[in-house]
Amino acid sequence: MTSLSREDVAHVAKLARLALSDEDLERYTDQLRAVLDHARDLEAFDFESTAPTAHPFAAAAYLREDVVVEGLDRDEVLNQAPAVEDDRFCVPQIIGDAP
Amino acid sequence: MTILDGYEMVVGLEVHTELKTVTKLFCGCANAFGSAPNTNVCPVCLGLPGSLPVLNRGAVELAMAIGTALGCSILPSSFHRKNYFYPDMPKDYQISQYDEPINVGGTLELPDGSTVRIERAHLEEDTGKTTHVGASGRIHGAERSLVDYNRAGVPLVEIVSAPDITSAAQARAYAAELRSILVATGASDGRMEEGSMRVDANVSVRRVGDATLGTRCEIKNLNSLRSLQRAVDHEAERQSELVAAGGRVVQETRHWDEVAGTTVTMRSKEEAYDYRYFPEPDLLPLVPEDPWRDRVAAELPALPAARRTTLLALLGEPTPSQRDQVLSVVELGIDAMVTSAVSSGVDPARALSRVANEVAALNGAETLGVDDVVTVLSMEQAGELSATHAKAVLADLVEHGGDPRELAKRRGFEQLDASSLDATIDEVVASFPDEWTRYCQGDDKLAQFFVGHVMKQTKGQADGKAVIAGLASRRSR
Amino acid sequence: MTTAIELADSVRRGETTATTLTEGSLAAIAAGNGALNAFLHVDVDGALSAAARVDRAVANGEDPGPLAGVPIALKDNLCTRGVPTTAASRILEGWRPPYTATVVDRLLGAGAIPVGKTNLDEFAMGSSTENSAFGPTRNPHDHARVPGGSSGGSAAAVASGMVPIGLGSDTGGSIRQPAALCGVVGVKPTYGMVSRYGLIAFASSLDQIGPLTRSVADAAVCLEVIAGHDPRDSTSLQEPAPSLVASLHDGVEGRTVALVRELLDGAAPDVEAAVNASAAVLRDAGATVIEISIPELRLGLSAYYLIAPAEASSNLARYDGVRYGLRVDADDLTMMNVATRTKGFGDEVKRRIMLGTYALSAGYYDAYYGRAQRVRTLLSRAFAGAYGRADLLVGATAPTTAFELGAKTTDPMAMYLSDVYTIPSNLSGDPAITVPFGSGADGLPLGVQLLGPARSERLVFAAAQVLEEGAPR
Repeated sequence: MTSLSREDVAHVAKLARLALSDEDLERYTDQLRAVLDHARDLEAFDFESTAPTAHPFAAAAYLREDVVVEGLDRDEVLNQAPAVEDDRFCVPQIIGDAP
Repeated sequence: MTILDGYEMVVGLEVHTELKTVTKLFCGCANAFGSAPNTNVCPVCLGLPGSLPVLNRGAVELAMAIGTALGCSILPSSFHRKNYFYPDMPKDYQISQYDEPINVGGTLELPDGSTVRIERAHLEEDTGKTTHVGASGRIHGAERSLVDYNRAGVPLVEIVSAPDITSAAQARAYAAELRSILVATGASDGRMEEGSMRVDANVSVRRVGDATLGTRCEIKNLNSLRSLQRAVDHEAERQSELVAAGGRVVQETRHWDEVAGTTVTMRSKEEAYDYRYFPEPDLLPLVPEDPWRDRVAAELPALPAARRTTLLALLGEPTPSQRDQVLSVVELGIDAMVTSAVSSGVDPARALSRVANEVAALNGAETLGVDDVVTVLSMEQAGELSATHAKAVLADLVEHGGDPRELAKRRGFEQLDASSLDATIDEVVASFPDEWTRYCQGDDKLAQFFVGHVMKQTKGQADGKAVIAGLASRRSR
Repeated sequence: MTTAIELADSVRRGETTATTLTEGSLAAIAAGNGALNAFLHVDVDGALSAAARVDRAVANGEDPGPLAGVPIALKDNLCTRGVPTTAASRILEGWRPPYTATVVDRLLGAGAIPVGKTNLDEFAMGSSTENSAFGPTRNPHDHARVPGGSSGGSAAAVASGMVPIGLGSDTGGSIRQPAALCGVVGVKPTYGMVSRYGLIAFASSLDQIGPLTRSVADAAVCLEVIAGHDPRDSTSLQEPAPSLVASLHDGVEGRTVALVRELLDGAAPDVEAAVNASAAVLRDAGATVIEISIPELRLGLSAYYLIAPAEASSNLARYDGVRYGLRVDADDLTMMNVATRTKGFGDEVKRRIMLGTYALSAGYYDAYYGRAQRVRTLLSRAFAGAYGRADLLVGATAPTTAFELGAKTTDPMAMYLSDVYTIPSNLSGDPAITVPFGSGADGLPLGVQLLGPARSERLVFAAAQVLEEGAPR
């Protein structure tokens, strides 16, 4: 584990679509570093032989039958949207393609 | 347009296919194409706060069918989240399979006998549909975009080939064969134009004999088998020229421009996303039990390779052009018309020829029923319809629908049975005694003279071959 | 104070009406909420019409259910159709969900009356309810102090007598810690026992809904109502709700209870004394009390503060200004996303999103998230070892009694340490309950925590009942 830099925090903020002022950046870097430093206690343990746990109880998946269930009323859905046009959700111009 | 001499291409394909389930992958909304915008939506596929995904058994089963058809191992699998922001993705992450896909390893044997290894075929969810509004109607220069989430959450299987493909024609053949398999298993309708099957090509080039792979580019927006073949050819040429001129290929995603016939840069590797995959905590591991796997395997219908073998066997010793026709009818999914017609007594060569030519030209997979085609071919075989009239009835069926016998009757094609044909031939022979004598003495050219008169009398309903056969048998008596 | 069970019984017998109880609850909220800020939204019309339905059922001779007419407070991260649901965030201000959480449907089906939505730390991220975008909630026992968090609104509403039952969610102690600080019972059920459908996700593999109540028995009734498999939550256990009330008085005779050193390390002396006294109560009731150490529990906090933010960073991506909630306009989509999220999220939420994004990002996954998941395995194994020697574990719920507002807001790490005793149960998925057990040197309430293995709710509740009966008055 390496020490967290301001550049790391700036990069992460960009990935998470958050804007940070210089002051924010300074403060978050210190705070996040404190948490990550605390996490250094994990380094003391040997984990190579331990499998990761993603779910508390790893039962097999619960499956749904392929049968239609009534969905939502479109007006009720679109009423909650910030902007709507032609029964669709409207967003400002997209710069860059989808991955 | 082709790769430079001394270079070879290495191609791998990633094919996304929408599954033909009744509902979406993680919710009970209808998986339907063409509904009014945002009408097949619920809290889950809209990614509303608090909603949770529940996996569709039907989608899993179709994915297993695809894996079985491709000879993959069907393994316990899990789902991950692929995180990136895009408005067509309601949760701003896609639920997909990552390091534990459901189908692993497999092989696709192409009609020419070559094989392409399959690395994996995994389940994931589709995105919604974005429409760009503004001057150009395209993403660049659009003023705003509109999102419809009807497609969001529709099940997809992504089939990833190994980089085993060595030509653009082989890339096309692979995609065509895969499409036939997807259609055969009932997993997909395989429509590239509607986007229910999407192909991305990873293309690299190297000097012939080099062991290491060159830098690859991923080509997107391949909306037909033809675009796939053209794009791969073009990209291999571009890369080989670049390398030959001392340049370096940059790893990037490129967009195929169908009109210009070129690929253009979409995104370079520096802009590549950091997807932060991690195990989807809302879904538990998927474990396909043995009895389930066995049932899926047992219910798998005949696959294209087996169907081609069946047709070739019916033909006995097929000519090269018949081999091409066999390929084509299986690719189009209309081979059952041939086999059904043959089992109803139609001559295999005639059945294949009619289906490969007339039915295919009429876009018969979409427009014609197997039973109707068999009826028409059987009528022709029995001499009840001439070849010309058989074709006309098929065309009528496409245009108007209905019962083939009724259509033939309405057109006045009905019933020129053997006895009335015989009577007409006798009549014509009697009317031209001189010509008949000369014909009997060996002037074979006169056969066409008699055929012409029979045709005139029957208003074209007679089968020319049947007339010639009738003349020949009279001469030998 | 009257318990929920007694209230429901009197409604079912016709001695009082749901409407009377609801009006009483609404009046208490109107009188007290100005000072406490426990409720973010009071649904007067919804509550009264639900009460009228219950009263009609009683009049028709039907049984409205085990919670007939009982007013209930819902943490505002539970979706309620047509009723504002904010998760205490600006980014969801004004959002009216088009659907209702499974637990709320089940409560309504049992005759309960949801009266409103309670305050929380934004998206349940916090331990003091100070991270709410709509102002902090205050502790009913001392308005200068925090109620704990993140379910501080529900804890304060129950502790102040506004409602007999509140629902909370517990990701790292968010039910148990505020319950302890406010002097009420709080339950974090076995992961998967209660459906999460309609709970606005913080960390999906840790979140669990549970009750906050004034008695162990009320918590048992409430959990029986809300538990059981839900086909809309794949992680919900495929089994029916456990029967808890019937075995509530089974006691602890013949059981072994382990006092866990790591669940006391760093606790204030009055907290430690209370835990020791609770162990004595269990011993007097016939349990064998042993002392054990589970060193792996010390790793819980670090693992938690990597796993929970990682899942949160992904769960909170959807708040992008496209489909619902806040949008801050900008020239292009990315700028709109950034402006919306920057304005809509509070400080702590941003901190955790960034922490989680970092823990998952290329090159750091194995060192942080991957390693934290392995710790989870270690921790579960360690718990399993402990449960080989003891039926139940006992320890503190929180290191201290309620602290003052503002005391920890500038030091996130200090705030995170408030959850050190509660986090391990979330990582293992096992159940835990906090029971009020006397008060601290400052006269403020204290809680003692009981932990059991997965699906051991009957045992945990029976032991909690013993503690409740033996607690100092």
